[in-house]
Amino acid sequence: MKTAEHPEQASKFVANDQRAHWHDQALWFVREKRDRMAVSLPEWEQLRSAASQIKLHTVSRLADYLEQFEQNATKLGAVVHWARDSEEHNQIVLSLLQKAGAKQVVKSKSMLTEECHLNPFLEAQGIEVVDTDLGERIVQLRKETPSHIVLPAIHIKKEEVSETFHEHLQTEAGNNDPNYLTEAARNHLREKFLAADVGITGVNFAIAETGGLVVCTNEGNADLGVSLPKMHIACMGIEKLVPHAADLSVFLRLLARSATGQPITTYSSHFHGPSPGSELHIILVDNGRSNLMGSEQFRNSLKCIRCGACMNTCPVYRRSGGHSYGTTVPGPIGSILAPSRDSKAHKSLPFACTLCGSCTDVCPVKIDLHHELLEWRGEIHRRGQLPMSKTVPMKLTSWMMRSPWLFRWVGAIGKFCLRHLPRWAIYHGLNPWGKQREMPESPQQSFRQLYQIHESKKASDE
Amino acid sequence: MQVALFIPCYIDQLYPRVGMATLEILERRGCDVVFPAAQTCCGQPMSNTGCNSDARPLAERFLEIFAPYQYVVAPSGSCVAMVRKHYDEFLSGRPGFEELKAKTFELCEFLVDVLKVESWDGVYPHKVGLHSSCHGLRELGMGKPSELVGVDFSKPGHLLAMLDKIELVKPQRPDECCGFGGTFAVNEEAVSCMMGKDRLQDHLSAGAEVLTAADMSCLMHLQGLSARGKMPLQIKHIAEILNESEAKS
Repeated sequence: MKTAEHPEQASKFVANDQRAHWHDQALWFVREKRDRMAVSLPEWEQLRSAASQIKLHTVSRLADYLEQFEQNATKLGAVVHWARDSEEHNQIVLSLLQKAGAKQVVKSKSMLTEECHLNPFLEAQGIEVVDTDLGERIVQLRKETPSHIVLPAIHIKKEEVSETFHEHLQTEAGNNDPNYLTEAARNHLREKFLAADVGITGVNFAIAETGGLVVCTNEGNADLGVSLPKMHIACMGIEKLVPHAADLSVFLRLLARSATGQPITTYSSHFHGPSPGSELHIILVDNGRSNLMGSEQFRNSLKCIRCGACMNTCPVYRRSGGHSYGTTVPGPIGSILAPSRDSKAHKSLPFACTLCGSCTDVCPVKIDLHHELLEWRGEIHRRGQLPMSKTVPMKLTSWMMRSPWLFRWVGAIGKFCLRHLPRWAIYHGLNPWGKQREMPESPQQSFRQLYQIHESKKASDE
Repeated sequence: MQVALFIPCYIDQLYPRVGMATLEILERRGCDVVFPAAQTCCGQPMSNTGCNSDARPLAERFLEIFAPYQYVVAPSGSCVAMVRKHYDEFLSGRPGFEELKAKTFELCEFLVDVLKVESWDGVYPHKVGLHSSCHGLRELGMGKPSELVGVDFSKPGHLLAMLDKIELVKPQRPDECCGFGGTFAVNEEAVSCMMGKDRLQDHLSAGAEVLTAADMSCLMHLQGLSARGKMPLQIKHIAEILNESEAKS
């Protein structure tokens, strides 16, 4: 799949300066809330270390823990399915829905089903899928994709929500009151909940020791969505596992604080097998994850608990918007995960980063995100996917820098040109530096020349 | 104490005054400073672009050139981070490499950690905004990043705070990236410039008259934006401020 490159998409977003700043502020607000919550726990850094170690341990023995989970979940009465990729996942969901004779499905936010493009697949089969998370529902009505994994509609202003609801839910035109709009959505969704045949949810944590799973939501929509229908399908990536129930104490404290700056999500719903008279199906999806498991360089990214903190803190994400990444998971973590599936299509993503490292420091499970992004750049070069516009200048620069006299000579010519060429010869379409920035002023002498003068002066003084 | 100056390529060519300030500061503190003339570039631009095969020969040259000296000091957190944090891929196991990593310092680090500077006889009667450059902050640990929980500190901030009459202003976002990011500044021109302008605006709103950092590359980008936008802001490397303050006192 050919995806547009990040720089062009980003520059389109930045072109609307007011909107880009509004987006940046909205996410910075969340980042600041997260900071206040983090410092309220003096043991924050220890929690991060513990979480990182638990996840690394789990990934290193993932096959064992997955089997243990399957056994225990089966004992509890759940049916466990395995999907190698998104196609298998979608087929399994479809066959379960067909078996249940389901025509209407409610879904509580699951980025995995987004990743697998489940909605269009089911809709093509004549099944109605309703996303019940408010943000997800907004983007669904607008026929968009989420632009953030935790705040899917963060790119949409309330005025736009009002327009969307007016069109689809017949709300009053021009009424932008968030309470009014939320109430309208609530009534609309309630009908969908009551009519649903099957509820699909994502999974935040699955526990090997017990076979149980945990879904965290702020709106309670996972609970509603699976309580009324007779079938609950839980879709999870294989990396969502933790070994023990006790591990949850670490992750639940970190997750909401990192994601939205809340002490804990409003609902952390535990599911241990199906409720009486119902069915619980759990689909364990690989979809490229085991490639990462086998990779020394990128294994760390499997620790991710999808809190979105790296997006909120990323100065590039905040200013370019989630859609500029062209992937289900955007931002720093998405820029690592996407190339692992298709590095050619997503080769610009590891470069959509200044390597500032803020994502690494904010990550609750200590993924060294910016180092992995740097690793990806090297990997893209090794695979021959780096464009010539990047490889040729670097090769030439490297060649020049291996020879001090050549460096001095090129430097002198460059400085001379900067000083004497007319402005039009320096500032033109081929010089992206000069579009919004002045070039550095060019001094008469280089440091090495000044140093020689300094040294000879010192020698004559002595 | 013998110190080899590591003057990043773009500072050598475009900002010689920063190199001279570094030299003068160190000499005034009794260091025997030399500039190995064979040095050129540490290879960071190539490494950051993923062209590791083009960075490798420069890393090898760097080791060869700087191995003989007691200390290596550079007025650039980013280039020092390249040596200390990213050379492993090229030089791991080479004789002298572990020593090279341990003896290569950014200027502020060297002043605080090696020379143990505890007072600075300097006057700088200006409102100064300190831009915490990411690589110095997060790769070298020259301060506490705002994301981490713990005791606040900043080595460049600590040095500046010693100057008489200086007023350090506080931007709202303490350590957001300026958007330079090496080749990012060109490849992602739109986002890069938006980030830089936001950074400048944050410091201006906090009342800064002078903007400084321990990295001239960030400042080159910010200077370019500030000059184009005709902003009332002087931009100076921290070595220039420290050096000037001593000259005035």
